[in-house]
Amino acid sequence: MAGKIPAHTESENWNPIVKAQRTVYCYVLLTLLMLAGSFSYGEVFQERKFDNEEQAERYRALIAELRCLVCQNQNIADSNADLAKDLRDKVYELITQGQSDADIADFMVNRYGDFVLYRPPLKASTVVLWVAPFIVMIFSLGMLVRYIRIHRRSQKVRPTLSEEQRRQAAELLGPPEN
Amino acid sequence: MMRFAMLAAFVVLLALLGFGLGNDPRKIPSPLIGKPMPVFDLQRVKYPDQHIKNADLLGKLTLINVWATWCVGCRQEHPLLVKIANDGKLPLYGINYKDQRPAAIEWLGQHGDPYVASGYDEQGKFGLELGVYGLPETFLVDAGGTIIFKHIGPIDETIWQEKFLPILKAKIGTQS
Repeated sequence: MAGKIPAHTESENWNPIVKAQRTVYCYVLLTLLMLAGSFSYGEVFQERKFDNEEQAERYRALIAELRCLVCQNQNIADSNADLAKDLRDKVYELITQGQSDADIADFMVNRYGDFVLYRPPLKASTVVLWVAPFIVMIFSLGMLVRYIRIHRRSQKVRPTLSEEQRRQAAELLGPPEN
Repeated sequence: MMRFAMLAAFVVLLALLGFGLGNDPRKIPSPLIGKPMPVFDLQRVKYPDQHIKNADLLGKLTLINVWATWCVGCRQEHPLLVKIANDGKLPLYGINYKDQRPAAIEWLGQHGDPYVASGYDEQGKFGLELGVYGLPETFLVDAGGTIIFKHIGPIDETIWQEKFLPILKAKIGTQS
């Protein structure tokens, strides 16, 4: 459609459809940029030699699941911190020594506690951590459903315009644009 | 009924939030409390031909302080450690973590050496056994070599009074 996008400075009423479109485009772009930034393929810094691909795979998986305790929002795969490097070295050492994934996780937990694992084990002290988000979500959904139901009841009577009001509205709005 | 449930849920969440915000995520509770001091045999910082080992710690309550010349918090708490050492009631041992020996020796010369001995953990391998992640870190080890307390961060007068002294009184009290 020609002339769909009005000149910005001229139009007093900034076309709401265009505004909405631009907002959506901005959000989509922002989301794509954030997604692009969030992919981390393992560790960038170090060449590691493994006997086989399975070990390499285990290494990549383990360092993605261990938290860097210095930069606590990152795993040790991504973190630049000295400690992260030390822990990566240790994971590499333990894998090449033949330790299992469970052994390596235990090693870390014995020294740093459950917090070092991105997936803490399900036990008495962590059950609240695991279950709480689901409970909150179910609770919120319940509230939402209830709110919608209540709100819907009050919407049953739809307001209509009388003939006089219709005429006035038509006058104010002017003829439809083509 | 519904309103009451909502209010109750809100209060519970608020309480959990308050509790959570009151905790510092940087201070991770140590899984080593109640466990024996990990095995170590480190060269001394000042005298490389001498070593410190687990056996040196046995028989009395000791304070183990993990420090480094590059650590700002260590510099902050150091005068207090010197003071504690001068009191003579509690032996202090240092673990010099990921540091340079010459710098460490100079640092101790400049700021005072409160330690009976400092172990030189150049690579940080022993620090890893202790679960060290942010200096300074300070442990209390009982006469049998069991870790009974860990503090992360610099020690100031308040922390010393409120966190350390009660333990010392309990432990040293029973010994003498």
